[in-house]
Amino acid sequence: MGFFKKFLAKVTRTSSVTATDWDELYGELIASDLGASLTDAILASAKKSKSEEPIEAIREALTALLSSKPRTLAISETGLTTILVIGVNGTGKTTSVAKLAANISSAGNRVLLGAADTFRAAAVEQLQTWATRIGLTVITGKPNGEPAAVAFDSATKAIADNYQYLVIDTAGRLQNKADLMAELGKIKRVIEKVTPVNEVLLVVDATTGQNGLSQAKLFSEAVEVTGIVLTKLDGSARGGIALAIEHDLDLPIKWIGTGEAIADLTPFDPEIYITGILDAE
Amino acid sequence: MFESLGNRFSNAFASLRSRGKLSNSDISNVCQEIRQALLDADVALSVVEDFVGKIEVQAKEALIDLQAGANQAQVVFEIVNKELVELLGSQARRVRLAKVAPTVIMLAGLQGAGKTTLAGKLAKYFADQGDTPILVASDLQRPNAVTQLQVVGQNAGIPVFAPQPGNGVGNPVEVAREGIAFAKSKLHNIVIVDTAGRLGVDEELMQEAKDIRDAISPDEILFVVDAMTGQDAVRTAQAFQDGVGFDGVVLTKLDGDARGGAALSIVTQTGKPIMFASTGEKLADFDLFHPDRMASRILGMGDVATLAEQAKKAFSGEGAAKMEEKFARGDDFTLEDFLEQISAMSKMGSMGKILGMLPGAGAMKKQIENFDESEIVRTKAIVQSMTPTERRDPKVLNGSRRARIAAGSGRQVSEVNSLVERFTQAQKMMKQMRNGKVPAGMPAGMGLPPGAAIPGMSTPNKGNQPPKKKSRSGNPAKRAAEEQG
Ligand SMILES: Nc1nc2c(ncn2[C@@H]2O[C@H](COP(=O)(O)OP(=O)(O)O)[C@@H](O)[C@H]2O)c(=O)[nH]1
Ligand SMILES: [Mg+2]
Repeated sequence: MGFFKKFLAKVTRTSSVTATDWDELYGELIASDLGASLTDAILASAKKSKSEEPIEAIREALTALLSSKPRTLAISETGLTTILVIGVNGTGKTTSVAKLAANISSAGNRVLLGAADTFRAAAVEQLQTWATRIGLTVITGKPNGEPAAVAFDSATKAIADNYQYLVIDTAGRLQNKADLMAELGKIKRVIEKVTPVNEVLLVVDATTGQNGLSQAKLFSEAVEVTGIVLTKLDGSARGGIALAIEHDLDLPIKWIGTGEAIADLTPFDPEIYITGILDAE
Repeated sequence: MFESLGNRFSNAFASLRSRGKLSNSDISNVCQEIRQALLDADVALSVVEDFVGKIEVQAKEALIDLQAGANQAQVVFEIVNKELVELLGSQARRVRLAKVAPTVIMLAGLQGAGKTTLAGKLAKYFADQGDTPILVASDLQRPNAVTQLQVVGQNAGIPVFAPQPGNGVGNPVEVAREGIAFAKSKLHNIVIVDTAGRLGVDEELMQEAKDIRDAISPDEILFVVDAMTGQDAVRTAQAFQDGVGFDGVVLTKLDGDARGGAALSIVTQTGKPIMFASTGEKLADFDLFHPDRMASRILGMGDVATLAEQAKKAFSGEGAAKMEEKFARGDDFTLEDFLEQISAMSKMGSMGKILGMLPGAGAMKKQIENFDESEIVRTKAIVQSMTPTERRDPKVLNGSRRARIAAGSGRQVSEVNSLVERFTQAQKMMKQMRNGKVPAGMPAGMGLPPGAAIPGMSTPNKGNQPPKKKSRSGNPAKRAAEEQG
């Protein structure tokens, strides 16, 4: 039985929560990667809550951290919606690009893919394999070529052929590498010469610890991040760092990844997510 | 973002110093600071609690006989550091080679941890020592993982055994088994088996890992884990330990800015040693694991060894050699060289991080925070928007060219102007140097030309130094070192 249910069975009134209960709760929140100071703040506000049910008090405190920005994809008014997908190495960018494109195209839209990870070995082929599986076209460039050039070519092609969506994959990069972050800025600027970038999605791995905050902050400084894709929620990690990001940077989680298959992408549901933070085994 | 333990310490002790002898509750407060620092570094709560409990006992014992004073902080800090280094390093060891070749190494870990990249690095590490490694492509799951390993192998000059295309086709257990047979027949003395990423909770895939293991009886199973991992590290490490079992740990993506507390969690949880550190995307970005460096990193303390190494890496190699040759020939210092320098510097990580690695950086916190990080980025963008001709000969930069560059880099024309001006100054200084004058404030021995005009940072007292005695070396950096004795 998860912590949540145990807790619920044991304590029903906020006033009857013992110090040990609060300690256990502290442990659960820390284990979900919310971070120590945020956890302290959540517990403080839960203790003050007027709610008679302790679990409601905690839910309230967690819910209060959520961003109020929209969680649906921004849609372009010009006809082409362009989505740039970014993040550190190995978080699941390429897989998420494929899943997202499949999702959008199955709703009846024409989707083009751009393979702007020209750096990692076989990254282009990885996206091509996905594209073949879901029956989409992908624009590629030379290995180790200029990623901005691929992005530009993709955007030009998307406009010329009247695509409704363009989803661009980029190489993984660690946020403390100034040159690679500058490259990201260039990719975005180059696309914007021909069409606006409507979404910049930062892919965050649910196993990430407190470094996720540094990722969100530095990627946001390099390009204007508009939302988070939280991947690998099918594992034992609860992804609390994403809530810390929502709170600190006011960035909404838009999608969650729950597996390696093409269908394993779901629109973010705050309620399910918060239950998950509390209810892991 | 997070206060380093260094700062927490100075703060905690500063208030104590004025009050005479430390009480037990003072020590408890300091332990509270340590606890926060470790949690910020992603060390698992249970591990933090055990660790801090131990520290508290030791510190109380050690401080009994000490009078109030500055070195109390030092005493506690040394206890913390010693404990951490011991925990991280007590089991340290090298790869155990098999009595009868080949030595079989199997990699395992979560999706995206960096196994395939690591496989190439590990193979190259052995090849550099005269071994004859071969890579085996048993990740048949992730699209084009096989292709990726093939490219990695090609770059490293290591053969790859990849009889199956992957992308869901082929049996990874069979491939692993055949790989060992193939390696034996071709007399490879080391076999490195790459496997698919899998979650700790995925029983089916964990069984597959077990089947691979049983088919090849590896001498070493290495658990590959991302240094950015949070609290889940303990659970996942335990799941792999129970599922397939492992003998050592490799920490990846240590070139990032994560504190890497997961390392401590995993070692404490499983008792397995961390053996290697993966520090970048290139084959050479690989090192043996250094427990003392990791301890400083987790605590957020200065890490001079890593800084020195990164600087050496960034400013050495081909680029620096080319630069030296140019100087020897008497060529002009161009904007292309300038760009190369800036790239070398940004490769070292953000300036703030570099400065932050210095001990005593806590005291410099203000200056570090005020350092304009984005300046480097802007400068790079401007130079990158120039044509090769313009970079080589900035004299051609007329008004319309400058306007184009400004538009291309998303900057103002005035910024382009100021960059060109700064560069011209640097160039002038280079000329002076070649003529035997050494400007002050030059970081000698870094292969870095003077007045490198680190953007965003003012160089003290540029140029105008009295000429020094005639130099022996044609390389200005070496010459400066010679002259300083
Ligand atoms: N279990 C699980 N694995 C995922 C998920 N998203 C991606 N992956 C896996 O994570 C690994 C890295 O993904 P990839 O898309 O190549 O990452 P990138 O380097 O960021 O492009 C691959 O093995 C993917 O199959 C997810 O939501 N759940
Ligand atoms: Mg990718």
